[in-house]
Amino acid sequence: MSKEFDVVVEVSLRNGIADPEGLTIERALPALGFNGVSDVRVGKSLRFVVEASDEPEARSQVESMCERFLANPVIEDVEITLGPLT
Amino acid sequence: MTTRVGVVVFPGSNCEHDVVEAVDAVGGSGELLWHKDKSLGGVDAVVLPGGFAHGDYLRTGAMARFSPIMDAVTQFAQDGGPVVGICNGFQILTEAQLLPGALYKNQGLKFLCQPSVLRVESTDSVLTRRLNVGDELNVPINHFEGNYVCSEEVLAVLRENDSIVFTYQDNPNGATADIAGIRNENGNVVGLMPHPERAAHPLLGSTDGALMLKGLIGID
Repeated sequence: MSKEFDVVVEVSLRNGIADPEGLTIERALPALGFNGVSDVRVGKSLRFVVEASDEPEARSQVESMCERFLANPVIEDVEITLGPLT
Repeated sequence: MTTRVGVVVFPGSNCEHDVVEAVDAVGGSGELLWHKDKSLGGVDAVVLPGGFAHGDYLRTGAMARFSPIMDAVTQFAQDGGPVVGICNGFQILTEAQLLPGALYKNQGLKFLCQPSVLRVESTDSVLTRRLNVGDELNVPINHFEGNYVCSEEVLAVLRENDSIVFTYQDNPNGATADIAGIRNENGNVVGLMPHPERAAHPLLGSTDGALMLKGLIGID
């Protein structure tokens, strides 16, 4: 029987790839009085529900989606968070 | 015989008419192809033009590879047919894995629309076959995501195979190794960020782009 899983995929720039957007935000924060902020990195998150027979199968499906489409491995890393649909 | 150049229109493309006009002006015959077409209709060369194919959703070029015509474009490229990706077209070619690497946001985080001076690095490509290594070309850029990124390994292979076709004289976007354009191993697939079609008439301030397009249509 198939179950549904809540999925969050966080896509971030790979280490070593300069993040001009993060840097610009970091430089802007002191203007609002927020000093001491560093290492700002901008990414995106994708949320969806996936059907699978169990959690390992769901994870394997999502990993495959990431590899083939949701992220570009040349510049991006992904972190997958997955759990039973609540 | 006049060389027929098919220019693929994706939803969000916006340079297709300029390319057709420029191809016609140098003696070829440009025609539009719709992204839902499954065949290239017998054209001799294909151009993926600039713009924002499929709204650049997810990543630039990421959705375009699912357009039905891309199967035919990939097959054509694998069979040795000339395929050129300009700007967004270059981004599409990397996402479709017809060229290595990726295009990322400009280092200065500014949209750049300005002249750029390119240096020809390889003449073994469909765009540079009538040019010389070291030639300087004045061809404008117009992009937000033109910062070419690739791994050290890929860069080594590009250098070894003489696959870097154009470099910027004054790197405007942070591109790895000043790369403005690359080719595949056989030289029939070329991707570049600058717009040759915008430098194809004296009124545009430069005709250097026409030299590339003449190479594409095989006119000496």
